[in-house]
Amino acid sequence: MSSLALRPCGDFRTSYKQDNTIFETKTIRRMAIIAILVLCTAPLFLDGYLLTLCIQISYLGIAALGLNILVGYTGQISLGHGAFFGFGAFASAWLNTSFQIPVFLSIPLAGFMTMAVGMMFGLPAARIKGLYLAIATLASQFIIEDFFARADWFSGGSYGAAAEPLSMFGFVFDTDQSFYYVALFALVTMFIWACNLLRSRDGRAFVAIRDHYLSAEIMGIKLNKYRLLSFGISSFYAGIGGALYAHYLGYVSAEGFTIFLSIQFLAMIIIGGLGSVKGTLMGVIFMVFLPEVLESAVSVLKDTDWGNVPMVVDGLAYIKEMAIGLVIIGFLIFEPEGLAHRWAQIKNYWKFYPFSY
Amino acid sequence: MTESILKIEQVSLAFGGVKALSDVSFEVAKGSVFSIIGPNGAGKTSMLNCISGRYQPNSGKIIFQGDEITDLAPNDRADLGMGRTFQNLALFGHLSVLDNIMVGRHHLLKNNWITGPLYWASSAQNEELQHRRKVEEVIDFLEISHIRKSIAGTLSYGLRKRVELARAMALNPKLILLDEPMAGMNLEEKEDMARYVLDLNEEFDITVVMIEHDMGVVMDISHEVMVLDFGKKLICGLPDEVMADPDVKRAYLGIEDEEIQEAS
Repeated sequence: MSSLALRPCGDFRTSYKQDNTIFETKTIRRMAIIAILVLCTAPLFLDGYLLTLCIQISYLGIAALGLNILVGYTGQISLGHGAFFGFGAFASAWLNTSFQIPVFLSIPLAGFMTMAVGMMFGLPAARIKGLYLAIATLASQFIIEDFFARADWFSGGSYGAAAEPLSMFGFVFDTDQSFYYVALFALVTMFIWACNLLRSRDGRAFVAIRDHYLSAEIMGIKLNKYRLLSFGISSFYAGIGGALYAHYLGYVSAEGFTIFLSIQFLAMIIIGGLGSVKGTLMGVIFMVFLPEVLESAVSVLKDTDWGNVPMVVDGLAYIKEMAIGLVIIGFLIFEPEGLAHRWAQIKNYWKFYPFSY
Repeated sequence: MTESILKIEQVSLAFGGVKALSDVSFEVAKGSVFSIIGPNGAGKTSMLNCISGRYQPNSGKIIFQGDEITDLAPNDRADLGMGRTFQNLALFGHLSVLDNIMVGRHHLLKNNWITGPLYWASSAQNEELQHRRKVEEVIDFLEISHIRKSIAGTLSYGLRKRVELARAMALNPKLILLDEPMAGMNLEEKEDMARYVLDLNEEFDITVVMIEHDMGVVMDISHEVMVLDFGKKLICGLPDEVMADPDVKRAYLGIEDEEIQEAS
């Protein structure tokens, strides 16, 4: 029984409640709480640029988590997640500017609007699977993109839409430092929400459908309803992520929400680990920091002798892009189960050190 | 005759030109162990699939506890109290044994995607804990407590079959359909499984409809046996009657015609 939860000695559980916690042990929970507290103090010592990256991790992480609920947990695929992310961004800006709905309300409302749109496109998803579903969701990506380009009343057309910064009780979150807290709060809330979803009835139903939909149906799970619901929840997350993005940047334009973004979301959850909440976060952090690390590596390269070779200097931007691709391919070959799995391996290794067997 | 829990009336099922079932009728008495036997391709699993809703029969009626359920979706039959296991293992491979069995409680749980995530604030946590207690009863009954945290896909064949039975029992069914519960098991595991089937029938008062090839087990534990051959019902009756029937011997038990004549 290699998969028995490897708990430390002396960690005895005497009630079912203790056995149902989000975190495996109390230590892990304490560490998570400490990590969040440390993150709360981050604006004191991080510069604006790193804070920007952290905020980026937050809104991308929320959207990626939604995609992981759909792809990793329910086993449906979506190539239109980038468009839903964009829809959330426009919807929140539109609700705010057209109806003067305060931003802190328009963000969740945008989430629900995106959910409705996602479920509309998810209707075929409840009936088809695999490659066919990939193509159907690809269609949703292009339809929504086209909608952005044509619906001037909604998206401002080619000019884009302005989004006001979030304000609450007279306090305006318009700096990196202040918005950082909004982003952190949203991230933690949405992740807890997902963790709880996955340990209650409907989350289990999602996984059951992924693993064996025939027997899931016999167990009383209505397949179409749950596939549609999963699509809705995934779009809801995308919408919330998009809305945060909009109110952070203050300006939304349709160019960002292409199929490339959808693929990037997929890459994040595949690298992080399909069907893993913490893997999602790891994957997003990885994908956000990878270009930055490579950027600095390239700038180091410029100072060496290589910096004098014209071919290298001209190609530096491309080298960076290629390196990102290479890293992703390397990941898929050497760690197809994602960073979450690697993390578990490392933990197990240390737990048994030095007797690894 | 006691009250019947399941009544099959003239059920026919065809896949294109292949007639899987033709005009099969039978009744299952409440609280009995009912076995369906027959050679490969006789339509036993098709019959079970019709009862559990995977297939819709082309004609005929299926009546469960007095209500017609012929056109009911499979997931609605769980609410009525019908559970089943599969011939080829159909566990949720990446879930733990415990979660697998908890999925069996699905139709009894009330929380949804909004109240579930509110966990502490809603009734979700209490509900989870209450049903966990019920699930533990099933786990104790089937003696799988040592593997409750294991991932279902990593278990051995015999254990997986037992977990499947546990999952079906967690549904709180009145009728349980078992598709070859003892296939691929060794003698000891078969004995255990036969004991579980009898106990769940007697202690939990669950009616059992079972497909099984091991004649020893079938004859020992069933109250009634039905033989199918090429989609037709050959005979339905007490185990001894069925064993003695010459048609059954010819179709299924594999005795040559001469031997039957010699014997008679």
